[in-house]
Amino acid sequence: MLTNEEVAQTIINQFGEAVGEFDDPFDLLTFTASRDQIVPLVRFLNEHTTYQFSFLTDITAIHYPDSAGREFCVVYHLHSLVNNFRLRIKVYLAAEDIHIPTLTPLFASANWMERETFDLFGVIFDGHPDLRRILNMEEMDYHPMRKEYPLEDATREDKIDALFGR
Amino acid sequence: MVSEELDIAKKNLPAEQGPVQYVNELTTLNLGPTHPATHGIFQNVLQMDGEKIVSGEQTIGYIHRAFEKIAERRPFYQITTLTDRMNYCSSPINNMGWHMTVEKLLGVDVPKRAQYIRVIMMELARLADHLICNGILGVDTGAFTGFLYIYQERENIYEIYEEVCGARLTTNMGRIGGMERDLSPTAIRKIKELIPRFRKVLTEFENLFNRNRIFMDRVVGVGGITAERALSYGFTGPNLRAAGVDYDVRVMNPYSSYQDFEFDIPVGQSGDTYDRFMVRNEEMWQSLRIIEQAINNLPEGPHFADAPQYYLPPKQEVYKNMEALIYHFKIVMGEIDAPIGEVYHAVEGGNGELGFYLISDGGRAPYRLHFRRPCFIYYQAYPEMCKGLTLSDAIVIMSSMNVIAGELDA
Repeated sequence: MLTNEEVAQTIINQFGEAVGEFDDPFDLLTFTASRDQIVPLVRFLNEHTTYQFSFLTDITAIHYPDSAGREFCVVYHLHSLVNNFRLRIKVYLAAEDIHIPTLTPLFASANWMERETFDLFGVIFDGHPDLRRILNMEEMDYHPMRKEYPLEDATREDKIDALFGR
Repeated sequence: MVSEELDIAKKNLPAEQGPVQYVNELTTLNLGPTHPATHGIFQNVLQMDGEKIVSGEQTIGYIHRAFEKIAERRPFYQITTLTDRMNYCSSPINNMGWHMTVEKLLGVDVPKRAQYIRVIMMELARLADHLICNGILGVDTGAFTGFLYIYQERENIYEIYEEVCGARLTTNMGRIGGMERDLSPTAIRKIKELIPRFRKVLTEFENLFNRNRIFMDRVVGVGGITAERALSYGFTGPNLRAAGVDYDVRVMNPYSSYQDFEFDIPVGQSGDTYDRFMVRNEEMWQSLRIIEQAINNLPEGPHFADAPQYYLPPKQEVYKNMEALIYHFKIVMGEIDAPIGEVYHAVEGGNGELGFYLISDGGRAPYRLHFRRPCFIYYQAYPEMCKGLTLSDAIVIMSSMNVIAGELDA
């Protein structure tokens, strides 16, 4: 059985400054990584002989419009099927430089996950073979999951936000 | 003659060894979006060399309904209706998965009886899901009989849904904190009657297909995928198990008391259409085993958690009791704030790992909610799986992958 502390220590020893903010909400090891080190980090975890994080569960993003310099957070969930161990890596990006390297050379499944993240948030995955919109139509000129795009029709005045949640 | 043979020889060369010379001019074929064989709205643009598929590209998003965006404005209990509409062949699993995610965030412990009822409903949903997939696979290979034989049982499963929650397809079953009502005696009777009848029908179904020469010719060795590629493509569920990887969320990360039940995980070898079909068949047998164990050992006790601030009080109480009235009002109006937190919870859906990634900022609605939809992730592999095969093969591969448009697009 792997423990969160053990895996976290290995990652710190290997990557030092590039990783940080270790936490384990609901027992899921979570930490941040720098953008430059995300591909080496995932490759290291994937090729590690005992950890074998061979399964990419999910890629998605979160938008925090109020935190300057860290507006976007790309979230990776990895799963080591051999050890039954999951972990979550977060990479924070600034709104003005919203680029991150792609994981498609490591996992074929990253292709559509990254396309979806690009479609909904506008995160640009450098090196992606086919970075196009996937769920929405090509003609759309905005990324709908960003917080500034309201769910309701913005021109309507009869719907008050406070009555409908946010 | 000689040049023609040369052309054919060139055609069989792997792509790395130089440009491939095709015998015929390439044809573009639009398989979908409203083709009867897609069983949903999505498109495959296939490049055909005669009857052979050279390459393919999928276009999806025709029924994208922006559930993740809608969820950011809804109180937690109202999101259940969104999950119904993802994999609509097994909506109870989606509902329960969502309830469990929120319960994890809220720290609510659900009593055993509710967990067992959930297991029963989830396994019934898995039966219905696999029935449709395997039945339709039969239809797509030209065998309508099997589909008709088993469809009565799907109807009976839907009647049980009706008895438990009042709805059939988009069930909105259960609540955060348990089930909305206990299993009625009728529901228990119907479930107990279903098991032996289902076994009989399933045997009949297997007799029709498993060793059927015509069926086997269509599916054996068609659309195979290696375990390595399947993992790289993010396959989960029966499709991954058909390729030989015994990953099942129910066993790896048991939820809702799955550890109490004894069942086997069927595993295939070559990951081809036949293996997928057989794995799903065997999973139906295992689901029946689980349902039987759960209904026979149904624990006594309440069917909801003791969490008055999250679970709607009984209606009689609301009219008489001040606290109940307050909670009723607050829950229905969505005035209950969830704690701050970040949760990933996965359940074994009809198609594999259905994950809910929920971030709460302490408000009444999620700050961000992401669904890990198994269909969306493994459908990427489709062009690779049907490359070099014929159009009729491509159709059975699509059927056997069980691509559900609602889950594909969310």
